[in-house]
Amino acid sequence: MKVAVSSMDKELEARLDPRFGRACCFLLVDTDTREFYAVPNGGVGAAGGAGIQAAQTVVEEGAEAVITGSVGPNAMDVLKAAGVKIYEGEPYTVKEALEKFCKGDLQEVTSPKPRHYGARGGRGLR
Amino acid sequence: MKISVLSGKGGTGKTLVATNLAAAVRPSQYVDLDVEEPNGYHFLKPRLRETVSVGVPVPRLEEGKCTGCGLCAGVCQFNALAAIKNKVLIFPELCHHCGACSLVCPEKALQEVQREVGTISIGEERDFMQGELQVGEPVAVPLINELKRRVKENGPVFFDCPPGAACAVVHAVEDTDYCLLVTEPTPFGRHDLAIAVRLMEKLGLPFGVLINKGDGKNGDVHQFCREKGSKILAEIPFSLEIAETYSRGELLIQGEKDWLHFFQNLFGKIKEEVGHENHRHPQR
Repeated sequence: MKVAVSSMDKELEARLDPRFGRACCFLLVDTDTREFYAVPNGGVGAAGGAGIQAAQTVVEEGAEAVITGSVGPNAMDVLKAAGVKIYEGEPYTVKEALEKFCKGDLQEVTSPKPRHYGARGGRGLR
Repeated sequence: MKISVLSGKGGTGKTLVATNLAAAVRPSQYVDLDVEEPNGYHFLKPRLRETVSVGVPVPRLEEGKCTGCGLCAGVCQFNALAAIKNKVLIFPELCHHCGACSLVCPEKALQEVQREVGTISIGEERDFMQGELQVGEPVAVPLINELKRRVKENGPVFFDCPPGAACAVVHAVEDTDYCLLVTEPTPFGRHDLAIAVRLMEKLGLPFGVLINKGDGKNGDVHQFCREKGSKILAEIPFSLEIAETYSRGELLIQGEKDWLHFFQNLFGKIKEEVGHENHRHPQR
């Protein structure tokens, strides 16, 4: 199964990025072979609609599930329309989140967080 | 003659100045361009003749025609469309109404439909207009442009502008004959006055400064204007009485007669400045 994880960096040891639309990048991981590659997030510098663009990116890459911090209402519409499931991956590293995901320990998210929630409303990441 | 009253910082007294100017100079037209929170009507108490809906064109998809090619989503600079798995989703609130999506659609599957973003209210005597943006709408510019399109051509028009110095203010002040920058002698007032002055310089608009809530010294603002070569047209002193009059929704010119003269004088100075400006740049 191909999973997209929002990540602070291009390696599995990186911190999971709690932002979906403004995530630094996405790691696309094959959960069977553990092979992965990173794709830049086109939404990171978007003036608006970052979540929509990020969602299109992961759908285009063929992800069947997304592991991230929080997904806003617009991005959720896109992911739902594409049949991509969303899982809450905070506060782990990408690697830890993936392990928990494979064991079925991550919570599926079905309702959106408020807009700009993952970016802490502009108050910066801690 | 179109005169913009703006400030940079909010709460310096744009509406106080714009409403009293409009009421002191008859006949004239007052236009509240602060469409996110119009409040000039509290003071001018106009009888409204009509309210007009203002909409913007947004794309609507005809499902049967769409082949899911994704060209529309690719051309949109604002991510207002998403194309996924041969489906197109539209997010109308992100649309900036450029029309590119319906232009590029090879199947003509995107029709432009009107989406209401606010209303315009027009006074009985056409001496008053205001726009009111719907709650949650992010873009005020279409409403501001529609108000400016309906402005009376003859006689002075006073634009009560939005605070700040962003898009809404740029659209409010452009093509006006003179800008009155209302400031207050506080560090914040001075800071935002500097931003407003930069905007004026960038747009090449003639302007003057009015100091509100003045303490008689206003050292910082005076120094700033001296350095910039900006003209201070008038000063309204800090006064509890003015604040009380304003908070009751009353005009200053309805009270002491001096205020009527003050605002008529202010208008005289503005007219003089516009005259100088026309003399300096006859092509304007």
